[in-house]
Amino acid sequence: MAIATSFATGSLAGEYDITVDRITLETGDFSKTGIGYNGSSTPTVLRFKEGEEVTINVTNNLDEDTSIHWHGLILPYQQDGVPGISYEGIKSGETFTYRFPIVQSGTYWFHSHSGFQEPDGAYGAIVIEPKEREPFRFNREYVVQLTDAHPHSGDRIMRNLKLMPDYYNRQQRTLLDFLDDSRDRGLASALDDRSAWGEMRMMPTDVEDLQGFTPLINGMGPSQNWTGLFEPGERIRLRFINSSAMTYFDIRIPGLQMTVVQADGNNVQPVTVDELRIAVAETYDVIVRPTEDRAYTVFAESMGRTAFARGTLAPRSGMEAEVPDLREPPLLTMADMGMAHGEHGSMDQGAMGQGAMDHGSNQPTHTMPDSRVMQGMNHGTMDHSAMGHGTMGQSSGQPTHIMSDGSVMQGMDHGTMAAAPADPFYAPGSGLTPQAADGGKFLSYADLKAQKPLYEHRDATREIELRLTGNMERYIWSINGVKFSDAEPIRLQYGERVRFKFVNETMMTHPMHLHGMWSILDVGQGKWNPIKHVVSVAPGTTVFMETEVDAPGQWAFHCHLSYHADSGMFRKVVVEGGPVGKSADLDTTSNHATGG
Amino acid sequence: MRRNILVTAALVPALLWTVPASAEPLIYGLQVEQAERRFDDGSDLYAWDFDALVGTDELKVVWRSEAEYLTEGKQFETLENQLRLQKPISTFFDAVVGVRLDTPRGEDRAYGVVGVKGLAPQWFEIDADLYVGETSFVRIEAEYEGLITNRIILTPSVELDTPLGDDAELGVGAFAPKLELGARLSYDLLDRAVSPYIGAHYERRFGETADLARAEGEARDNLFFVVGTKMLF
Repeated sequence: MAIATSFATGSLAGEYDITVDRITLETGDFSKTGIGYNGSSTPTVLRFKEGEEVTINVTNNLDEDTSIHWHGLILPYQQDGVPGISYEGIKSGETFTYRFPIVQSGTYWFHSHSGFQEPDGAYGAIVIEPKEREPFRFNREYVVQLTDAHPHSGDRIMRNLKLMPDYYNRQQRTLLDFLDDSRDRGLASALDDRSAWGEMRMMPTDVEDLQGFTPLINGMGPSQNWTGLFEPGERIRLRFINSSAMTYFDIRIPGLQMTVVQADGNNVQPVTVDELRIAVAETYDVIVRPTEDRAYTVFAESMGRTAFARGTLAPRSGMEAEVPDLREPPLLTMADMGMAHGEHGSMDQGAMGQGAMDHGSNQPTHTMPDSRVMQGMNHGTMDHSAMGHGTMGQSSGQPTHIMSDGSVMQGMDHGTMAAAPADPFYAPGSGLTPQAADGGKFLSYADLKAQKPLYEHRDATREIELRLTGNMERYIWSINGVKFSDAEPIRLQYGERVRFKFVNETMMTHPMHLHGMWSILDVGQGKWNPIKHVVSVAPGTTVFMETEVDAPGQWAFHCHLSYHADSGMFRKVVVEGGPVGKSADLDTTSNHATGG
Repeated sequence: MRRNILVTAALVPALLWTVPASAEPLIYGLQVEQAERRFDDGSDLYAWDFDALVGTDELKVVWRSEAEYLTEGKQFETLENQLRLQKPISTFFDAVVGVRLDTPRGEDRAYGVVGVKGLAPQWFEIDADLYVGETSFVRIEAEYEGLITNRIILTPSVELDTPLGDDAELGVGAFAPKLELGARLSYDLLDRAVSPYIGAHYERRFGETADLARAEGEARDNLFFVVGTKMLF
């Protein structure tokens, strides 16, 4: 288990020391020089108490600048730790002292915001004990911090991606796949499929930019098998943190169900699932209750199925459970392309119609008879006849359902939907829509409801549209077609409530992270919408989040995939105004910070 | 003299334009498409074709070099070096301007270059250049990476060099092209950095260019067996 550097026991002012050091990372598959905290490749866990005033002395023992960003913490912007936006960073040999009050509780993490230090290992965990009793019980807890350790340095990875964007993609469609497809679907269909993707110069296998890494749990590779001990019958709280540079994980513990109690540090109404997907930079707290006297594997497959993290929960150390095989890698469909590039005629999968992707801000939200929410689906333009190709059921002759707006949804099998409902956070027909390995329940964003709203619910005062854009061939990522180095900051006014509309025009999934203020994810639950710090936007989808602009200063706002952020999917957000004495002393520093 | 002017014309903007406009790190690398030995009956040669580049998303400076070196006689049959500026003009294509110096054994030549380079639909990598000099040329290259598996790759290529005028010293006739066809089967041995290959390389001259070659005692076409490696650093 991860070690704590120091403890705040009862006092309301804690002082902590962190050193930033060159370390050797041993993954079991390879070893390399990386960057770690307190001289260890095991991530440091900071334990705070809500209400505490913390003082954190960060000493830079590297021969280059560093920084620490406190991911998800609400704090004065000067303490946020983003070079070029919050402060100048920490020079080699210097000690920088952070001071801020802890105004929240839950699971968070910290990492370097300088260059590619975070992918190289500069991350740790933050656990904040709440002032008040939590609405769930557990007997013991573990931090389970995931990452994607890569044998190449971050700088080298970025350069390779710029030279050859598919440098790390070893799951491309081959001649052998083509022969398989021809056998299974017929030569004409296989050729059509190839030519449709070839026409766009895009690849249905573009799920993971970066492959060839070894996933770690708390700094340990699959063969090193991080183990958490328990006594049968205990409730164990697992604090999952995805500290990867680039990798989404699908997490399951065969034999155990997981009850999700927190997302991104905030309590949610408990939802029990068999599997969950954790976006880069997200945290999920789950409670599991193993009753048998046996080992259980904590299994986290990368979304592209190229690697897995593995740990064990066991009554005694040294025990192991069966380790599942990786599932088949997913393939993107035309639905993930937002249908923006191809012709309908050439597509035989996921043909939901372009309109379904165009989730305008004023689309109605439909509550289905089984009370599931179909958010933002544009029924007017949806190609209903093609719905049988999606996840909503395959057979024809389904009952016809009349929606509340009078439109007819033909061929929808609500019986099937109840078992495997379409996830509104994936484009209908998306190749990325997750499914639980053993047919159980997979967590959707639509399942997340706040336990207790942080803010009084009100209508947004304005909407800001952010199209997530990129050029895969040049490995340039951008927002509204403009990369960070050429972009003006986003200006917000203190006191407004802003609705952000993310339209993912790329074929990759982007975990968008706003610093300093909460991101209230719109899952159609009004005041019960969950409160997060990372909002993952799948390809071909539109996702909304709202922010109460209550933190003066200047903040970073970016895709948390390190190489996407660094190549331009990044913005500075300036919050203007604020109460006297609280408003920030803003300068007009131009953009020059990067880093994930 | 003319050559110097051309070099200066290309270098000045290269130096001015590569000052980074942002804090983004420089992109640099060496892409070796061919580094090989070509085997034929009695006329073996070494050949290379590489791009060394440095720049940003917006502008790259590329040193492109292509050569054929005869093992017998120890001389360059061809030796071309280009200094190219490459700038995006569309999602998938860059415009190219630059200079080219040919300094094989024999006549030297200097050209100005304009062209496009990029990825065409269906994944064809295209280079199309107009070389303007005493005798101007159009050169079109296309290449396709066919994945047999994710590491075994068959790369067919075609290159067509068409002189726009006669040049007896170079042994070319107007609109009488030289065609090169290649097929190289490579294996990604070390990431994408080192990918050794074997393959075939075929050259054929047409029309007056072929006649001039024959007059020099050369064959109109050659088929080589090749062994070499691709590299990317």
